[in-house]
Amino acid sequence: MSTDVAVRVEDKLFYNRYQVDPGRAHIKVRPHTTPTPQLKALLNACPARCYELNDKGQVEITVDGCIECGTCRVIGEPSGDIEWSYPRGGYGVLFKFG
Amino acid sequence: MIEERFDAIVVGAGMAGNAAALTMAQRGMKVLQLERGEYSGSKNVQGAILYADMLEKLIPDFREEAPLERHLVEQRFWMLDDKSHVGLHYKSDDFNEEKPNRYTIIRAQFDKWFSSKVKEAGATVLCETTVTELAQDAYGKVIGVKTDRRDGEIHADVVVLAEGVNGLLGTRAGLRERPKPENVALAVKEMHFLPRETIEARFNLKGDEGAVIEAVGTISRGMTGMGFIYSNKECISLGIGCLVSDFQKTGETPYGLLERFKQHPSVAPLIEGSEVKEYSAHLIPEGGYNAIPELCGDGWVVVGDAAQLNNAVHREGSNLAMTSGRIAAEAIFQVKSRRDPMTKANLALYKKMLEDSFVIKDLKKYKDMPALLHNQSQNFFLTYPQLVSKAMQNFVRVDGTPKKEKESSTLRSFVSARSWTGLFGDAFRFARAWR
Ligand SMILES: Cc1cc2nc3c(=O)[nH]c(=O)nc-3n(C[C@H](O)[C@H](O)[C@H](O)COP(=O)(O)OP(=O)(O)OC[C@H]3O[C@@H](n4cnc5c(N)ncnc54)[C@H](O)[C@@H]3O)c2cc1C
Ligand code: SF4
Repeated sequence: MSTDVAVRVEDKLFYNRYQVDPGRAHIKVRPHTTPTPQLKALLNACPARCYELNDKGQVEITVDGCIECGTCRVIGEPSGDIEWSYPRGGYGVLFKFG
Repeated sequence: MIEERFDAIVVGAGMAGNAAALTMAQRGMKVLQLERGEYSGSKNVQGAILYADMLEKLIPDFREEAPLERHLVEQRFWMLDDKSHVGLHYKSDDFNEEKPNRYTIIRAQFDKWFSSKVKEAGATVLCETTVTELAQDAYGKVIGVKTDRRDGEIHADVVVLAEGVNGLLGTRAGLRERPKPENVALAVKEMHFLPRETIEARFNLKGDEGAVIEAVGTISRGMTGMGFIYSNKECISLGIGCLVSDFQKTGETPYGLLERFKQHPSVAPLIEGSEVKEYSAHLIPEGGYNAIPELCGDGWVVVGDAAQLNNAVHREGSNLAMTSGRIAAEAIFQVKSRRDPMTKANLALYKKMLEDSFVIKDLKKYKDMPALLHNQSQNFFLTYPQLVSKAMQNFVRVDGTPKKEKESSTLRSFVSARSWTGLFGDAFRFARAWR
């Protein structure tokens, strides 16, 4: 299933510049007891690995490293699993090259 | 509410939005452009190949001042299995022409420059402003936008939605659907820095010449997708993208694919010793003609990636975005010059003009391709690359086996992997979709 190369996404995100908007997460996960298949898919599909399982087996999000690609919106919004918005103007990721 | 009223509001300062805002401002219209990034380009990701023709129509002398990286003299297509690549390379000195046809660019820098041209033409450009909603009247006509600034509602005769592939506003207002996972690819990309002489030596280039590589095969692990390696002046853009629905199905990780692509024996030597300075990701609309939504309505038009105007087969998007932005602006200007209202019926001129351009003609030509590649991804992206590579190895390796036996063993491997009906079927379906 998953790939055989060990990759530390944190190291990749470290290259990027962010303007963090504290206390204003632009993406929210709907409270749940067991995650839907869509939510589980986000654990692997998010290129910044913003989604993680907590010790209760629920999917949680930390938006700090989000690169605003929209993948989780396409997968998780139709089922109502997540609420997706853009960060406030000027906040979020800042690409120098893009 | 901001009392000032505009002829047009453009949402987004990417390729489509800049082309639209520039075209309208050049014609003397009062234009407001809103961009959520700190500056135009700060949120945008691309490969990136720029096609000169479409930009030339907007800014004829762009070559003199635009931040261009390299003009392209070579295109390589690679079919990869785990250890090898079978390649088609096309290099021509014809591309060392006075006005080169294609360049590599770095989007954040290019967009910033493009935006400066929009400002020079007289448009008001407001960055760090996220448009949160469209403002509509009681009849549903779009009359402006709401932003995240205080008193953030602003009115205009028409709103140009150039918000990119992940356009929230259009879907929130019910003007079009959210992109489906099978219609968008997720691409991840890194910028690898190296001294320019190293890049020139590794890609066999002189001066500002550039080369690009597009790669398909086992790197996408049977998913519909493609890798790319583009040479810039002092860095290499390297990335890989696959359909979101395929990521969902397989559980592959985007960064895992990228890492494997970088480690491929044909790729690794090109980036050896490089310093990575950015990791980015973006969606690409891949649904083609059949995924194009309604292009206009009362008080609005949609352009570029937000309208799924992207040719996945040819890896062209920014030129379709620029062209649709320009055409929308020309249509709006015509409607305005006649003093007609910005109704759906009047704005249909944009749709008509777009249908007459290469944009819709090209997308129509390949309308069956996305579905074919999606349904047959295992064959096109895994089985065939492996078979072709095996056939090549069999062809070049000299080991005392008579050639006739080698040929029949190659043929047998194709037939046993796909069967005669499968092979003919694939060829037939591919040819039909290409037509
Ligand atoms: C990895 C990759 C490689 C590519 N390679 C190529 C290539 O080599 N050649 C090519 O021609 N095309 C390529 N493309 C496609 C090309 O990038 C797009 O087709 C093109 O950028 C589309 O332009 P656009 O203006 O429609 O959207 P974008 O360039 O995405 O611009 C949308 C803009 O709108 C802004 N915005 C969005 N929502 C809001 C809001 N609510 N409020 C305010 N602002 C908002 C965004 O910040 C952004 O600046 C590639 C794409 C990717 C992802
Ligand atoms: S938008 Fe992209 S990077 Fe951000 S959380 Fe969603 S999938 Fe991850």
